[in-house]
Amino acid sequence: MRLELLSVTKAYPGCIANDAVSLKVEPGEIHALLGENGAGKSTLMKMIYGVVKPDSGQMTWNDREVVISGPAQARQLGMGMVFQHFSLFETLTVTENIALYLTPAEYGTMALLRERIVAVGEEYGLAINPDRLVHTLSVGEQQRVEIIRCLLQDIQLLILDEPTAVLTPPEVDQLIQVLKKLARKGCSILFISHKLHEVNALCDRATILRGGKVTGTCIPSETSASQMARLMLGNELELQDSMPAGNAGATRLTLNKIDVKPRDTFGIHLRDIALTLNAGEILGLAGVAGNGQDELVDLINGELFPDSGELSFDGKSIAKLGVQARRKLGLGVVPADRIGRGAVANMTLIENDLLTGYVTHGVKPGINWVSWGGLRKRAAEIIAQYKVKATGPEATARSLSGGNLQKFIIGREVAQNPKVLVCFHPTWGVDVGAANLIHQQLIALRDSGAAILIISEDLDELYLLADKLGAICGGQLSPIRAKAEVPLAILGQWMTGEFDAVATQTNSSNMNVEAAHAH
Amino acid sequence: MRIEKRLHDSKVMLYASPLLALLLTLLSGALMFALLGRAPLHSLYIFFIAPVSELYGLSELVVKVTPLLLCAIGLTLCFKAKIWNIGAEGQFVFAAMIGGAVSLQLSESQGFWVLPTVIISGALAGMAWAAIAALLLTRFGANEILTTIMLNYIAVNLLLWGVHGPLKDPNGMNFPESALFAAQTMLPVLFDDYRVTIAILIALFMLVVIWVLLGRTLLGFQLRVMGENHNAARFAGFKSNALIWFVLLFSGAMAGLAAVSEINGPVGQLIPTLSLGYGYAAIIVVFMGRMHPLGILLASFLLGLTYLGGEMSQMELELPKSITGLFQGMLLFYLLACDLLIGYRVVFSNRTLGKHPAIAAAVSTPPVSQ
Repeated sequence: MRLELLSVTKAYPGCIANDAVSLKVEPGEIHALLGENGAGKSTLMKMIYGVVKPDSGQMTWNDREVVISGPAQARQLGMGMVFQHFSLFETLTVTENIALYLTPAEYGTMALLRERIVAVGEEYGLAINPDRLVHTLSVGEQQRVEIIRCLLQDIQLLILDEPTAVLTPPEVDQLIQVLKKLARKGCSILFISHKLHEVNALCDRATILRGGKVTGTCIPSETSASQMARLMLGNELELQDSMPAGNAGATRLTLNKIDVKPRDTFGIHLRDIALTLNAGEILGLAGVAGNGQDELVDLINGELFPDSGELSFDGKSIAKLGVQARRKLGLGVVPADRIGRGAVANMTLIENDLLTGYVTHGVKPGINWVSWGGLRKRAAEIIAQYKVKATGPEATARSLSGGNLQKFIIGREVAQNPKVLVCFHPTWGVDVGAANLIHQQLIALRDSGAAILIISEDLDELYLLADKLGAICGGQLSPIRAKAEVPLAILGQWMTGEFDAVATQTNSSNMNVEAAHAH
Repeated sequence: MRIEKRLHDSKVMLYASPLLALLLTLLSGALMFALLGRAPLHSLYIFFIAPVSELYGLSELVVKVTPLLLCAIGLTLCFKAKIWNIGAEGQFVFAAMIGGAVSLQLSESQGFWVLPTVIISGALAGMAWAAIAALLLTRFGANEILTTIMLNYIAVNLLLWGVHGPLKDPNGMNFPESALFAAQTMLPVLFDDYRVTIAILIALFMLVVIWVLLGRTLLGFQLRVMGENHNAARFAGFKSNALIWFVLLFSGAMAGLAAVSEINGPVGQLIPTLSLGYGYAAIIVVFMGRMHPLGILLASFLLGLTYLGGEMSQMELELPKSITGLFQGMLLFYLLACDLLIGYRVVFSNRTLGKHPAIAAAVSTPPVSQ
């Protein structure tokens, strides 16, 4: 047995992150740790790697009991970990970054290290130029650097915390190949994910966590996705795997040839943005984070103004209008950062309803007198309709879990009956039950005649909800086509900026499409 | 023993912290008196009780409270919106100089309009001084803490120039003071024999105004949102520059009223040392009062008392009057320290973790059947 955990428990103030969790990993096994956000996956990984100390429980490594005092000791034992957020210095080269991670005794000279990086890269198909500066690398390439530096030591267990969350579909395929190769050479792999089709495609065994407890273990290849989902989510849930299509009506929002220069050095330059949102239709926009999504949402919301191009709502130009005026016309926006922008953490749900609702209700015009009584009733209605778990309308936004707050924010916007709704990451970090409810509400809003733009990194969500699909990359939009004309392989290429890709190469990528639709 | 983050901010500590700070200030004060060779309890009595043991003393307390409360009312709106205006002192001093100049100009005029003109000129002067910081902040992004502090020094030196130069009393034997203001420019007193003026009524009225503003109007809501989360305010389309201008101008006007309440009230002329640091003490008032109108009313009485206590100590205990500043400083120091307990708590051993109610509940939850 490479690694065994026996009844490991870790509590934080207010929650038990891991409650008597046991886990076994054989040499050369690819083991999935499956669970929703907040199920305790990351805490478990951190305990194995010595970042966090368990309150109680046992851990054996190669059949000997160990107590890991910290990551340095974990590395000495032969563990490597790739965190969700990379720890790389952007202004240093690949070789320099890896040298920082190792002791001089481990890498000898820089020239020697450089050779080893190239050799390991070739051996596992992780090609990388060791002399490039990290900030010039794509996210996928940065992840390769992280993996390579784990491989340079004598590694027996590689831990990856949601490695695919930041990757485009072709990059995911590559990563899966690399991990399989590693496993064949005897390295065990612990793979954290909440994406069932990846686990199916890659893992030998899976341990499923819910609410800090192990709810089951299974062999993914012999278990259906819905069975695993049930272990992850509990019994009662019914997963929707298709939604009815919408009927496009009149054009609501038009963006044409819009150019927006970046606000700061880290901003993205939006170029030649053209899209139309039609009533009764959902447009889904895919893209890897940081490719102009934030700027696009700000542009439509009225926080960012176009340098050139046309922006019109129901045929009238709104390019110069501010947030309030646009909301008055019937625009609703759900931002990605719900506690940073969409809600005020220390304020009650009543006040958070007023945050964007002040345009349509709750305030007597003229004297701007707030009628808290009416707002309170409205907040209570949203809470009831969206099954928001909160102690009541007076609960602060901070006291809600991410999913419940998101349900409230979506409810707040939908209740304003918008003609156009922009949703950025509508179900990011939301458990599947809440996501399901949000999806149904969005479809219902669309069917009532609203035009909806969904910007998401979750491709399953986009395929589930959207009537039309496109992608954003480097501040530019791909072509926008009906969903049926955009197989996953094409969308993946669009996400990497290959906008010329058209739906002719579908045969080779049918497997991917099926995998993506598996749940 | 260690310090641990609380699950939620403690409501109890939010209100207990100022009281705890007061207690610690009293203890430290007693220690200080003892080290200075005075009887601690008697000294505390002289400082905190003796000044208000008679009706006249109480009325003097209200005289000190008036400018403090007016400044604090303005600062409350600023601080709610997290605009850190440290410049009430400068706005006070500049408004005093302009209000004083107007009072001197009108010494020969008669009519119902004279006093309102003086009051309004003071408020406008305070707004003008605050407008400099507002302009620098909204136009150039200059940090308002730095600009308002620097403007304080400029205002004080302008006043010194004024009383040594153009505003000096021609018949004043070259003392750096203005002539005494004429009766028609002075604020009427509420009761004969006491120095309390109608300014306290203005202050109480404005206190109710901000109470309603913060609680019941969209403007107040927008200020609170801006203070809590600038990005959310921007996302919701609140015009942050307009809000910044509003709070700074409002607080400048309040500091200006405070200045008029002082020079056209108990002081009656322009002197180099006319502000006793009311603009700074008002900052402590706002934080002691938890930015709540009722709280700042109570806190302004406490801070007002430190002025009287300082004077009393000088007379009875033969200690320097600057003891006022010491007590004010201790109050703020202990308040900031005690406020840590709002978000954090002191834990005396590791075992308490399991006894936390939330954990206990989580532990006792039966396992979910599969």
